[in-house]
Amino acid sequence: MRPLTEDETKIFFEKLANYIGGNIQLLIDRPDGMYCFRLHRDRVYYVSEEIMRKATSVARDNLMSLGTCFGKFTKSGKFRLQVTALEFLAPYAKFKVWVKPNAEQSYLYGNHVLKSGLGRITEDTPRYQGVVVYSMNDIPLGFGVAAYSTQDCRKLDPTGYHCFPPSRCRRVSS
Amino acid sequence: MGKVARRELSDSRRGPGRASKKQADPTPLFSGSTSTSSGGSGKKAQSQQHGKQSNGKQQQLNAKQTKPAVATATKQQKQQQQQQQQQKQVMNGKHGSKRQEQASDDDEEDLEDEEDEDEDGEQAMWDDDDHDDDMDDDEDQDDDDEDDQDDDQEDDRMDDDDEDEDDQDKVNATHGKHAAVQAKGSDDDEEGDEFDDDDDDEFDGQPIKLGMRGRSADSDDSDDEQDDEDEGDDAAPLGDNDDEEDDGLQTNISGRDTFTLPSGQEIEKESLLPPDRVLLQQRIKDNIMVLADFAKLRDPERSRSEYMEVLTRDLTLYYGYSDYLMGKLLELFPLGEIVEFLEANESPRPISIRTNTLKTRRRDLAQALINRGVNLDPIGKWSKVGLVIFDSPVPIGATPEYLAGHYMIQSASSFLPVMAMAPQEHERILTMCAAPGGKTAYCAALMKNTGVIFANDASKDRLRALVANTHRMGITNTIVCNYDGRAFPKVMGNFDRVLLDAPCSGTGVIAKDQSVKTNKSDDDIMRCSTLQKELILAAIDSVDANSKTGGYIVYSTCSITVEENEWVIDYALRKRNVKLVETGLDFGQPGFKR
Repeated sequence: MRPLTEDETKIFFEKLANYIGGNIQLLIDRPDGMYCFRLHRDRVYYVSEEIMRKATSVARDNLMSLGTCFGKFTKSGKFRLQVTALEFLAPYAKFKVWVKPNAEQSYLYGNHVLKSGLGRITEDTPRYQGVVVYSMNDIPLGFGVAAYSTQDCRKLDPTGYHCFPPSRCRRVSS
Repeated sequence: MGKVARRELSDSRRGPGRASKKQADPTPLFSGSTSTSSGGSGKKAQSQQHGKQSNGKQQQLNAKQTKPAVATATKQQKQQQQQQQQQKQVMNGKHGSKRQEQASDDDEEDLEDEEDEDEDGEQAMWDDDDHDDDMDDDEDQDDDDEDDQDDDQEDDRMDDDDEDEDDQDKVNATHGKHAAVQAKGSDDDEEGDEFDDDDDDEFDGQPIKLGMRGRSADSDDSDDEQDDEDEGDDAAPLGDNDDEEDDGLQTNISGRDTFTLPSGQEIEKESLLPPDRVLLQQRIKDNIMVLADFAKLRDPERSRSEYMEVLTRDLTLYYGYSDYLMGKLLELFPLGEIVEFLEANESPRPISIRTNTLKTRRRDLAQALINRGVNLDPIGKWSKVGLVIFDSPVPIGATPEYLAGHYMIQSASSFLPVMAMAPQEHERILTMCAAPGGKTAYCAALMKNTGVIFANDASKDRLRALVANTHRMGITNTIVCNYDGRAFPKVMGNFDRVLLDAPCSGTGVIAKDQSVKTNKSDDDIMRCSTLQKELILAAIDSVDANSKTGGYIVYSTCSITVEENEWVIDYALRKRNVKLVETGLDFGQPGFKR
């Protein structure tokens, strides 16, 4: 368990910024104490400082997890966001997509969101923007990438893809 | 060290019984509740009838008693056997009564005193050489007051057989009563009402029918017929009676067949054929009835142990248990309860879920699930977060609400250890043997994600499930680590509360895993027991005795054997400066206390 290096921080924050823009600051300075990001076995954990300190007494080999896992660095140095981060990113998400109830299950099982399943979408979503997918009753379901901008998707035929769930971003955490 | 062990025995002791206890409260909500209660009263009626039945039967017996085929035991042996049986009975009775009297010990000394007393009392009953004679006299007096059967016991046991039998009667009678009460209690509890009714019909069908005999003379006849087939005994006169008799239960009762034990040859013959389940069931039922009122209903030529032998073999065969485990269960349960226990193990538990109060409220969750067509009910008054699922058109473990962590599939019984532990906010908690994390998640929910929880398990693979669960439930205060629990005091100490959900043989959750029936041996149980003893010491050593808010350890298992529960607690009490405290759960039955 260690703090992220400069490079890692940059890659990681870039990824987060794709979904929540400049709101990263709000994740770290919270009213209920200091929170921090820690790297442990290639995974990034988001944890309060107090708990992080207590976890230092657990040996590296025996520590399985602490706080909340946000995602992991691949061997090639990219960062992959995991769905476990959803809870913290969803409130700050800049662009959202709501799916209709009949498309919920399909999305959760790993399929794309089709135009026909699209309930609502934030105005002015650019193409390939990271979005947070919600169900119609406002339960955050997962992440996605907008396949078309809001304007373009108006013209789309009902079976056209609207939103790709990025791999590994489905609900079941690894 | 001023440590305090909270212990959650009622939970661990009688797994299914307890599991069903829980459903006690909600029954009024269920659709079939009325039928259950009527079943209960039916049962009561039955016990009365039995009493009278037996009179008639006795007469009948005398009238046409033939000599039994094989007489195995010599007179002397028999006497001995009877004595042993009696002792056993006394013990059972004793346990029964003791289980009911809840010793309320605030103090360690008090507890010890009680222990001494009880020990002496039991000693007096058990063997004739006593520790301290003065004490014994007193205690005998006490015991006399409590249980009438002890009275003649000491003096007469060796001399007089008849006396003994009388004693036995009393014991049996009280015993039977006890069993009936228990049975009634657990009847109401039984989770699936359908099951309940089935049970009643199958097992107690006859008495209930007898109660309404005006209508159902036919069924009586058919029963008689069946009996005839089963036992090759002639019961002709009684069937006739049935039709005439409107008054007096006795006539009906006299209509019953006597139960005769199968002879050695019959048993041999049977063992060659595939087991006849109907016959077995009938024989188990009859046999238990005889054993419950042994002096009256018995065949004077056969000893109690012979009856028990047949019963054990039948139960083993009918329910598919190993001989070893069945022996263990028979030691644990009074006869009135054993069949209920075994039947409960055959029926699956209902699915229950726990609302994740970190993310939602139970009302909202219930509404959301009802909208998906799920049929559910609150689990009972005792829990504000539990829901029981009756049926669901969607897979309950894959709804969006589940995936969003609004609830967790968790058996109702696993709420209890956490409720007993009652974690407070801002505490430091350790859950040992935590995977797959149901109880840990409940802890975190109770603590509202404050403080810190160390979740430890020895198995890395199982921890994956725990990590996934904690993330799904939105729990942020958990540190998951992978140590052997026995080494934990070296890693970290000063916990406010520790939950030790020890690995066990699983004899309390046979309904979940049928393989327990056959694959547990004495070795397995002792191995578990040893591990549990080491773990509980480690748990005690991890606790901060001077904690302002806590200093509690909860020990729970899903096993019902004494080795894995009472022995372990006893060991901890001897090895460390801890004492038992109340669990704070106002239902369930306490375990065996000395």
